[in-house]
Amino acid sequence: MDPEARAALGDIGRKGLWENNTALVQLLGLCPLLAVSTSVVNAVSLALATVLVMALASGAVAALRTLIPHEIRIPVFILIIAALVTCLDLAFNAWLHSLYLVLGIFIPLIVTNCIVLARVEAFAAKNSPLAAAWDGAAMGVGLLWVLALLGGARELIGSGTLFAGIDMIIPGARPLHLLGEEYHGLLIAILPPGAFILLGLMIAARNAWVARAQPAHPTDTHTADAPAAA
Amino acid sequence: MSDDVRDTAAPVDAAIDEARPELTPPSALGSAARSALLLGVFSLVFTALMALTYEATREPIRASVDARRLDLIAQVLPPGDYDNVLLDDSVQMPALPALGLEQPVALLRARRAGEPVALVFEARAPDGYSGAIRLLLALRANGELAGVRVIEHRETPGLGDYIDPAKDRARTPWITQFAGRDTTDATGWAVRKDGGDFAYMTGATISARAVIRAAGRAAAALSPVRDALFALPAGSDATPVFAPGVEPEHTAGELKNGS
Repeated sequence: MDPEARAALGDIGRKGLWENNTALVQLLGLCPLLAVSTSVVNAVSLALATVLVMALASGAVAALRTLIPHEIRIPVFILIIAALVTCLDLAFNAWLHSLYLVLGIFIPLIVTNCIVLARVEAFAAKNSPLAAAWDGAAMGVGLLWVLALLGGARELIGSGTLFAGIDMIIPGARPLHLLGEEYHGLLIAILPPGAFILLGLMIAARNAWVARAQPAHPTDTHTADAPAAA
Repeated sequence: MSDDVRDTAAPVDAAIDEARPELTPPSALGSAARSALLLGVFSLVFTALMALTYEATREPIRASVDARRLDLIAQVLPPGDYDNVLLDDSVQMPALPALGLEQPVALLRARRAGEPVALVFEARAPDGYSGAIRLLLALRANGELAGVRVIEHRETPGLGDYIDPAKDRARTPWITQFAGRDTTDATGWAVRKDGGDFAYMTGATISARAVIRAAGRAAAALSPVRDALFALPAGSDATPVFAPGVEPEHTAGELKNGS
């Protein structure tokens, strides 16, 4: 792989993970983010499913992009995304059944997660399958680490544990009781307001970081193409 | 591979336009027909993909659902207590108001060496703090409750959710109070505050009350007819057992289909 291509892929990865982060910068797909991030296991499981859908959907759309007439591209994109999510939903039901019961409606709802369609329309429809799949995966992983952090913080504050429900994925594994068995939890962290508060704090932290880093790199142009929510 | 990547950097709108030069100049009707045809082809291809996945996952899904049901049942009735194929020995329960159910459900019958052991059935408490609470109950042939479990609820986390043993922090989970309770005695099905026998968590009485009432109602409805329910042939409809005024008569003939 020549250096130019590697640089292009590196750029896509950096944008997905940090500069144009789905959850912290674009603020897209917040419904599942807030609803499912009550524990690390739930958050990471749904995020992994989203990564898979984004990579597959972007790759498939990019591969078929010359066949899709411009006028009907949105229905075709939705068709592709919905079909892939349906297959994933069935697979979860068959092979990760207890997790399927926990994530429930949020797996089919990946179809309506606007970040998936946004990346397909904005990137995959104009680029090669490899770059598009990589972009989808990078955007998804950007969502994943934020969800993992948010889930971890909410679970730790709300119930004093980490990795509760890990036995749904690895049978026999035990969750960590970091704050002791007697810790009764701060209820608000588990309830929806806790998700908003913690996400707000994470966005603030990222903004502070960027603001502090900016004067040191005045030539850094990447922050310019990182607008808040579309 | 490197070719693939290079065109990410280049503007690609031109490439897309080049990909359909033969269309110029398309009539409006022609282009609509082409779009419709393509949409149809895409639909067919992706429907086929979903159909294949459905076929491939159907058996594993059925196995997972059955395993999950048996896991749940194991919480109210130890698997060692019976030796029949529990999921196959069912009768169809009508939507009894006493069970709080809105639609007919299956009632399972556990047996050991053909002898009745317990009835396993669902009930619903409509009056939880935030919506209905679904329960699974096991009623032994001698009229004793083997156990009750909450299988679905939306009670406040950390407050009313102690009715679910997975969330209950007490050393002896609250829900275990039901085990061994005699259902032929209709008294005492209330929290202590209301003059009953059941402990509860101060500040979250509503959840406990809903569960106790629902379990009491269900037990009172099924306990008197449990012999009749065991006598029904597998797969039959249990509605006649609950028909008002009709005392079920069992004969030797009815019992032979038991297991």
